[in-house]
Amino acid sequence: MPEQTKPILSVKNMSVQFPSLSGVVSAVRNLSFEVGREKVGIIGESGSGKSTTGRAIMRLQPATARVVADEMRFEDVDLLTASEAEMRAIRGSRISMILQDPKYSLNPVMTVGEQIAETVILHERLGRKAARERTLAMLERVNIRDPQRVFNLYPHEVSGGMGQRIMISMMLISSPSLIIADEPTSALDVTVRQQVLSILDDLISERNIGLIFISHDLNLVKSFCDRVIIMYAGRIVETIDASKLDQATHPYTRGLLEALPSLDHPRDRLEVLKRQASWAEA
Amino acid sequence: MSISQTSAIAPGRAKAALGALRKVAASFAVILTTLLGLLVITFVVGRMVPADPVIAVIGDQADHETYERVYKEMGLDQPLYVQFATYLGNVAHLDFGQSHVTKNAVSSDLARVFPATLELATLATLIGAGFGIPLGIISAVRKGTWVDHLARIVGLLGHSTPIFWLGTIVILVFYAKFGLIPGSGRLDVYNEGLVDGPTHSILVDAVLAGEWEVFGDALLHVAAPALILGYAAMAYLSRMSRSFMLEQLRQEYVLTAKAKGLGQRAIVWRHAFRNIRVQLLTIVALAYCGLLDGTVLIETVFAWPGLGQYLTSALFFADMNAVLGSVLLIGIISIAINLLSDLTYRFLDPRTR
Repeated sequence: MPEQTKPILSVKNMSVQFPSLSGVVSAVRNLSFEVGREKVGIIGESGSGKSTTGRAIMRLQPATARVVADEMRFEDVDLLTASEAEMRAIRGSRISMILQDPKYSLNPVMTVGEQIAETVILHERLGRKAARERTLAMLERVNIRDPQRVFNLYPHEVSGGMGQRIMISMMLISSPSLIIADEPTSALDVTVRQQVLSILDDLISERNIGLIFISHDLNLVKSFCDRVIIMYAGRIVETIDASKLDQATHPYTRGLLEALPSLDHPRDRLEVLKRQASWAEA
Repeated sequence: MSISQTSAIAPGRAKAALGALRKVAASFAVILTTLLGLLVITFVVGRMVPADPVIAVIGDQADHETYERVYKEMGLDQPLYVQFATYLGNVAHLDFGQSHVTKNAVSSDLARVFPATLELATLATLIGAGFGIPLGIISAVRKGTWVDHLARIVGLLGHSTPIFWLGTIVILVFYAKFGLIPGSGRLDVYNEGLVDGPTHSILVDAVLAGEWEVFGDALLHVAAPALILGYAAMAYLSRMSRSFMLEQLRQEYVLTAKAKGLGQRAIVWRHAFRNIRVQLLTIVALAYCGLLDGTVLIETVFAWPGLGQYLTSALFFADMNAVLGSVLLIGIISIAINLLSDLTYRFLDPRTR
């Protein structure tokens, strides 16, 4: 159990600032959290800083942004002082990122096999042939029935669900210890969403990977994650076990929950979130 | 399972192959239509101009019977569609009639002047693309740095400097003042007529004949006009490459590539560059077409005996056969270049297959 809870990522007082003509805008302010070998959901509305947080951890924030923190530690690496070359060695091999829509996040003029193989060629110095073998095995692992054929397909020739399984293959093939999934199922049909999630879930528990699951879907996070971080206006308003989400106390979280329709308790009229200025400052 | 799968795939493959074939056939149909349109236009223009083709042949001193006889011989008494059919037949045999300025067959004139322009335009395009594309991509990658600013200033100058002015200045400075370059023409007098090879491109013919001195002289002659045209092409191509590359670098798959741990060089050249190849090919082909028919100014400044000069002087003398022959040639070359780039798209972009 201690092994399980020992954090692989610990962030203290992280802020992401965008200098602009009218002063500094902070997209993320004084964020502190830890992630162990568990599934942590980050939830919040558009513009609350979820994606910015994910990118800042990988040091992939936009060129204009500045990340400041008291501490950003990933396993034995200090993310604040690591060189760009060290960061490149970490990205894709020890921390990976799954993006939202495979229609845009895969390179349209490279075969999907080539794109997956690229990761192991880069990080494990594998030859073309060995990389191909690994890729085919990985494709099979994400339940793709005919890996030989799919290897040579281009992104526009695969469905959204298959595209996202390809994305998962590409990002998990080098066995990272932390994955940041930025709305990985938002672009998918409800019917394939479950398939993709269960494949992701299997791989994560099998390989004992830590997951940061960025989403705006309360129900999904509640059922999929172990812990939930709720963000509002660039800060954490509440951190709670996913199973206890229904008992959340913060008025913002409560407001979000009240605004959800439920099949078990039909209501004529859903609550409207009543914002308070204090949430953004608290 | 495997049997049902292969049988399910096979008709799909056949269908895809048929679809590709249909696309190729369709682009050929478009080309044939364009070509026919071009022929109709040159034919109609040829009939409409106020220059009498009979007098052009026999001169204005001939008597009435001769006029009548030649009129009939040239088929001008036939209905228009018969005349058009005859015209098509002639064009198919590369017979564009005789130029009454040079007294040669237009086709042999074109065989002499077009390679000169082709040589110039090809070199200029190679210079423009060879420097312009890398420059544009580097300034996209280093956006906002001094490299970018410098590249944009160089590009802007190339855009806004008239090439006839630049040509004149180059001749004044490098030829008249310092004598570093030969002034005009394709060769020095003492080298003229030494090679008369199969292609009429002096550079190629000299290599084929092993006449390296002639090759060097020809290269020296072509250098200045080719560099000036190449500079203008470079200015255009680098601006376009820069904006194509900037657009790609904003795409989501670039973030994926970064998240994979790829370095900047792999992201730019292996990922983003592959996505702009089709656009680059399009603008390079356009620039090439533009140079093939738009070199009149530079040909005049450097006394380059190319197609532009030939066409201009033919226009001054109302030498309609020469004009129409040249226009037809330019049209056919443009169509051919477009066809070629169209067919290449299919190799470069899987989505167009």
